[in-house]
Amino acid sequence: MKNYSSLIFELSKEGRKAYSLPPCDVPEASLDSIIPASLMRDNEPEIPKVSEVDVVRHFTNLSNKNYGVDTGFYPLGSCTMKYNPKINEDMADLVGFRNIHPLQPEETVQGALELMYELDGMLSEISGMDRVSLQPAAGAHGELTGLMIIKAYHESRGDNKRKKIIVPDSAHGTNPASAAVAGFEIVEIESDENGAVDLGKLKAVLNDEIAGLMLTNPSTLGLFEKNIKQIADLVHEAGGLLYYDGANANAIMGIARPGDMGFDVIHLNLHKTFSTPHGGGGPGSGPVGVKRELVKFLPVPVIEKKGDSYILDYDRPESIGKVKSFYGNFGVAVKAYAYILSMGGDGLKDVSRKAVLNANYIMSRLKKYYELPIDQVCKHEFVLSGLAENENHIATLDVAKRLLDYGYHPPTIYFPLIVSNAIMIEPTETESLETLDSFIDIMIEIAREAKENPEILKTAPHNTPVRRIDEAKAARSLILKWDGLVKHKE
Amino acid sequence: MEIKSGLLYSKDHEWVRVEGEKAYVGITDYAQHALGEIVYVELPSVGDELNAGDVFSVIESVKAASDSYLPVAGKVLEVNEALSDSPQLVNEDPYGSWIVLVEITDKAGLDDLMNEQEYKEFCDKEA
Amino acid sequence: MHKYVPHTEDDERLMLESIGAKSTEDLFTDIPEELRLGRKLNLNNPLSEIELSEHMKSMSKKNKSTEDLICFLGAGAYDHYIPSVVKHLTMRSEFYTAYTPYQPEISQGTLQAIFEYQTMICSLTGMDVTNASMYDGATACVEAAMMAVENARRSSIIVSKTVHPEVRAVLKSYMRFRDVEVIEADMADGTTDVEKLKSLVEAGTAGVIVQNPNFFGIIEDLTEIEKMVHENKALLIDYVDPISLGILKSPGESGADIVAGEGQPLGNSLSFGGPYLGFLATTSKLMRKMPGRIVGQSEDVDGKRAFVLTLQAREQHIRRYKATSNICSNQGLNALAAAIYMTTMGKKGLKEVAEQSAKKAHYAMKLLTSSGKFKLLFNKPFFKEFALVGETPSGKVNSELLKHNILGGFELEKKYPELKNCLLICVTEKRTKAQIDKLAQVMEVV
Repeated sequence: MKNYSSLIFELSKEGRKAYSLPPCDVPEASLDSIIPASLMRDNEPEIPKVSEVDVVRHFTNLSNKNYGVDTGFYPLGSCTMKYNPKINEDMADLVGFRNIHPLQPEETVQGALELMYELDGMLSEISGMDRVSLQPAAGAHGELTGLMIIKAYHESRGDNKRKKIIVPDSAHGTNPASAAVAGFEIVEIESDENGAVDLGKLKAVLNDEIAGLMLTNPSTLGLFEKNIKQIADLVHEAGGLLYYDGANANAIMGIARPGDMGFDVIHLNLHKTFSTPHGGGGPGSGPVGVKRELVKFLPVPVIEKKGDSYILDYDRPESIGKVKSFYGNFGVAVKAYAYILSMGGDGLKDVSRKAVLNANYIMSRLKKYYELPIDQVCKHEFVLSGLAENENHIATLDVAKRLLDYGYHPPTIYFPLIVSNAIMIEPTETESLETLDSFIDIMIEIAREAKENPEILKTAPHNTPVRRIDEAKAARSLILKWDGLVKHKE
Repeated sequence: MEIKSGLLYSKDHEWVRVEGEKAYVGITDYAQHALGEIVYVELPSVGDELNAGDVFSVIESVKAASDSYLPVAGKVLEVNEALSDSPQLVNEDPYGSWIVLVEITDKAGLDDLMNEQEYKEFCDKEA
Repeated sequence: MHKYVPHTEDDERLMLESIGAKSTEDLFTDIPEELRLGRKLNLNNPLSEIELSEHMKSMSKKNKSTEDLICFLGAGAYDHYIPSVVKHLTMRSEFYTAYTPYQPEISQGTLQAIFEYQTMICSLTGMDVTNASMYDGATACVEAAMMAVENARRSSIIVSKTVHPEVRAVLKSYMRFRDVEVIEADMADGTTDVEKLKSLVEAGTAGVIVQNPNFFGIIEDLTEIEKMVHENKALLIDYVDPISLGILKSPGESGADIVAGEGQPLGNSLSFGGPYLGFLATTSKLMRKMPGRIVGQSEDVDGKRAFVLTLQAREQHIRRYKATSNICSNQGLNALAAAIYMTTMGKKGLKEVAEQSAKKAHYAMKLLTSSGKFKLLFNKPFFKEFALVGETPSGKVNSELLKHNILGGFELEKKYPELKNCLLICVTEKRTKAQIDKLAQVMEVV
């Protein structure tokens, strides 16, 4: 199976087809008589001609070359690769959710509006915010929306000097990128030796040009930012607002809430914390929550309840406008809603407790074999800094690639940037003790191999569908589509 | 790591070869090594007038991208087109692979640059 | 104990011993007491699968789906046929439970599928390169505009009023915060007013956005616009319906520099507006200005063909605030659906979908305008949508249609106040003659 290497274009054969359409049953008019020839295309697109069996086998074979959460353990730090419950897929696939048009009259989509309204309330309760918009399509999109709200807030007060956002050097790459897209200048501050916000350095950059601070809590090192209240007070005293990057929210549900910590604007990743699948890179969903005084800036429309019915409210003059067509990734919201209903409030708290327990367990067992730069209780994830003993100069990349041979998805590597040779492990709550133990044993085995048989790591992986790939060649030759001519070795 | 004599060096790891009123500028062996396999060199346009400290090129490797800053103010006379098709030349021969040739418009910037020995000490400290 | 959380009490005890903690609560002592919630979350009690399913079904039944209603509503989201294989293949869990393919050795499935998607999108649009998808058509269009701004280092974008109102709305919110000026170019008789556009394009114009077929379904002739935009060294951005490209001139053939569009019609369900996918394609010249993930072909150490994310130095995880965009997650699974859809339909199927949609829409237009009760609002060549004007308020027409289980057209007055009593009717290949006849019958007596 793993030798399957055809591109769909290479299977194409004139005369085959995989679709069936009924005959056109309206009185035949020739196409030329309805659309002038000058507006028609000259070159036919090169789309393959294959049978339905070809399509099914091709994509099934491709799927066999993939690794998902359903395949096995996926301890990818910062990404919260928890199990994606099957029932949620069924729920999003209900005809009444899947086949509704976004521009239908409100009275024909009351169930959808009710679901979105209720999910807004649930996410507000979990995060300690007052209102949530489901419009942003992903985490980074949520960040951007939140930053637009922060900008709109300052502008509405005539406070036009505030054009800078503070971002710690431990932040996700999307934080500074989103701030730039929202038209802010970025002020990066160095973290202290524990990867936390350095209060002195924060104070030094706070002034009347600062619009706000972006923070993840727990931090990207998996540690709770203990001084968060002080940080919030400092930023607020300086006239700025606090933005919460919800990528790490799986650690604190039902235990602490960003709203209570002093955050003014937040986003949550439904595709992380709320179990919706990542889909090989999306669709995600990045709802944005705000405190009461910022509700008026939320994207339009906002769903409101009027008597017994739900409406889409567009009449919000101070809104930042729209950040996406229609109302967000509704199909993803359905799955998150189903997940919250399945878990209930206590269940969500247990999720965070067990996510933290799992992370601390792996950390406690691996710290003899791998360098643990900050040895204290972690939250849902922790960061190692390469092998504890490394006389053979094994790179973190080699450890990750060797894990592939043993059938595991590797942790996040080389992030956060403030830890050298970082290995960032996030087990999530859905993994059993047995799964964690097997993974730990393999990590220990790899540490042993690093001493005794370093070559096997440096040349790993050995038994994956393809082995290490020449990324420089890809970036230099830039073959970004099939051209039918490039020869390759089978 | 190679450091050549007769060149001037910046703290951002660019080298400068002054020839009268003109100067060739490239990145050092230290810099190419730190970047890894270089896959793209973005070249400025001929005629661009740049101040000392302006970005004149962005050099991309597989996992990083690095801005290169012009150590001395100048007007771009020529760019090394060979790097468009073969960016790896910077890895293979960093001191032979100049990126731009500029006409120096203000020599002041040259005074801040290091000689061979100073640059060697600077790199040792960085490492 | 919950079915998604497998810890037994024994497991928990063993793990705590290894950690050296007395209880799981001890693992949270780093959270200051005053920040702890100190109460239960005010949410529901957990629902069993049966209860959940019942609850969700009853909620979904409060919606009328396109299986209850005959859909003549389009305006940016379309009820096209989705072959059965699309769902079966996208729901293979190796695809949908995978993360972004950052470990290429175990992600060749996702990577190759995106490579094939890229190939087909390029072919359909007639462009050199495309990325692995954007959030939706509107945000793809915004990114196209930003590419133009960055490319020309100019700070003004002109957008035709015949471009989808939602796309213009999203463009305006983004650009407001980037200090980029958005100028709307008037329309004349349902298409971009070329003379007025000419008067707007000047040295500060970075790009001009047109839509084809435009929001009213009309196929715009870009010949003059293309010439004028390029004479001003600005970029031409073409926002297109991918289904139309089965027969209509491709943006590449029209001389577009950047193409953006809503990919939903390619095998993705309506889903109340999302998740969809945006596509963004451009010329080789502008390739490095394009945001988002891109898959490239390479080889592994054994010389075997292999695929990998490439051109990553443009992206936020490397370039941080200097990145071309902040996009990280895209709409991977929707792009996969689009790839499977295009593969299944093939060259012939895509053409037939486009042809049938066009022919049925024209049949509907003739029938609906035959008595004179409704007139064609703009008499210009159109694809699968057309605007009608009558004497009756369009809201009233639609309520009457709804009583007959017909989802009527988009009420244009909502976004174009001057277009009173106007409906934008959409007809796809899924509609039958009988359904169209019924539509005409009901509208005739409103």
